Amino acid sequence: MIITKAKPFTEILQSLEGEETVFLVGCAECATVCKTGGEEEVKQMKTRLEQEGKEVSGWVVLSPGCNLLEAKKEFRKAKEEIDRADSLLVMSCGGGAQIAQEASGKVVHPANNTLFLGTVERFGHFKEYCSMCGECVLDLTGGICPATRCPKGLLNGPCGGAKDGKCEVNPDNDCVWIEIYDRLKEIGRLKEFLASSVQVHDYSVNTNPSTLVLERDKARSDNG
Amino acid sequence: MTSLQQVLAKGEFAVTAEVAPPKGTDTAEMMENAEFLRGKVHAINVTDQQSSVMRLGSLASCRLLKESGFEPVFQLTTRDRNRIALQSDLLSASVLGIENVLCLTGDHVTLGDHPQAKPVFDLDSVSLLMAAKGLAGGTDMAGESLEGVPTFHLGAVVTPGYEPMELQLLKMERKIKAGAQFFQTQAVYDPELFRRFMEGAKGLGVPVMLGFVLLKSVGMARYMNKNVAGVSVPDSIIDEMKKTDDKVATSIKIAARIIRQTREMCQGIHLMTMGWERHVPDILTEAGVTI
Repeated sequence: MIITKAKPFTEILQSLEGEETVFLVGCAECATVCKTGGEEEVKQMKTRLEQEGKEVSGWVVLSPGCNLLEAKKEFRKAKEEIDRADSLLVMSCGGGAQIAQEASGKVVHPANNTLFLGTVERFGHFKEYCSMCGECVLDLTGGICPATRCPKGLLNGPCGGAKDGKCEVNPDNDCVWIEIYDRLKEIGRLKEFLASSVQVHDYSVNTNPSTLVLERDKARSDNG
Repeated sequence: MTSLQQVLAKGEFAVTAEVAPPKGTDTAEMMENAEFLRGKVHAINVTDQQSSVMRLGSLASCRLLKESGFEPVFQLTTRDRNRIALQSDLLSASVLGIENVLCLTGDHVTLGDHPQAKPVFDLDSVSLLMAAKGLAGGTDMAGESLEGVPTFHLGAVVTPGYEPMELQLLKMERKIKAGAQFFQTQAVYDPELFRRFMEGAKGLGVPVMLGFVLLKSVGMARYMNKNVAGVSVPDSIIDEMKKTDDKVATSIKIAARIIRQTREMCQGIHLMTMGWERHVPDILTEAGVTI
């Protein structure tokens, strides 16, 4: 899930300066779970903007906000409200904001900052376990990712910086290499790690901006 | 072969200390500090923007030391440079006549004075060692052959006071496999802990130099205990510093004593002087170490 955090309301107001009418776009998936762009937050935003003297011509919560076809379909239904708006305020991730721009052709303002790919520990508690590096090493590291959960992304073992088992960069976090070490011992895979070659990440596997077309669909479009 | 390498190869007791490049271009103090070490140490480490604080480069400072007749140890971290820049700097070191290279990952940028900077960490200490060894073998990380091959004496760091110690030994072994030819440790103040560590490192067959940070005050000892990972100054030493009227004399006495207590366990001493380079001669005399 993509974890987002709402921008300060004053910053949102600043971005809307000189505009009178706004159309709001939320997301029924990640941003709903993050409480940054579900129906509830979209309605709250409408009220707050109206209190500041803005007109909200309408709103929609896309499911999900990052799907171009879904956005186009929903925007067609709300064509009149969108046409009337000076801009869209998009309460989803950065992907959703750009999809809203592509689907509407309107000026788009992001209402959120996009932080990371998160796992859900429990409601409202998110953790970054995967940084989408494109070269998964979990098999070697006991199912715990050092590329993401070590701030230096160390792939060959710990730095000397852990104090009482805690990370020197953020002492709230346990040193992930100690966790990996304990887990490898537990599952009897320490030898395999030690025998493995020096790990170096290949950044060419996912140079920005990445694209992916599923093999099945690629064959279909190649065949016309 | 560098002097440091020769001394370690002969099994003699090696002595290194460090100087820190200035924040700015005034190198006078750094060079003055180095003068205190002349004839007293085999080589002088030059830190690479230690604690992630932006400073004059280690490589340029190494060259200045070399021109003044010192043998430098070029500390190189992976924090600020990707593999292209790191390999290039290694080649640069070689053409400037600098062969001792201490390969480090480096502190995280958030701990320094430019916390907004992008932390690079394209490589880590282990893969940097591998890259340097590869260059010395005539090939870069892309597998391309070099026109003119550098020579290096590659060092690495290990933290004996780390818990669990076995995990540091495991990383140490990976560093040796990747190319480390000698180690300088993080500061150790407990000879008994160091003895246990060296027991564990015994079979690895690579020289280890004990690292020691000169204690300048009680506050500094407490600060390190609280903030510097893997470093633990025992209460007995803090008490010694607390009771003394002459902090310099006591600091020298403590350093000399720990060198004497540990010199039979290892192959050298690396003094991290924190600006107290001028006291290194007295420490070595009191410890009975000559080069």
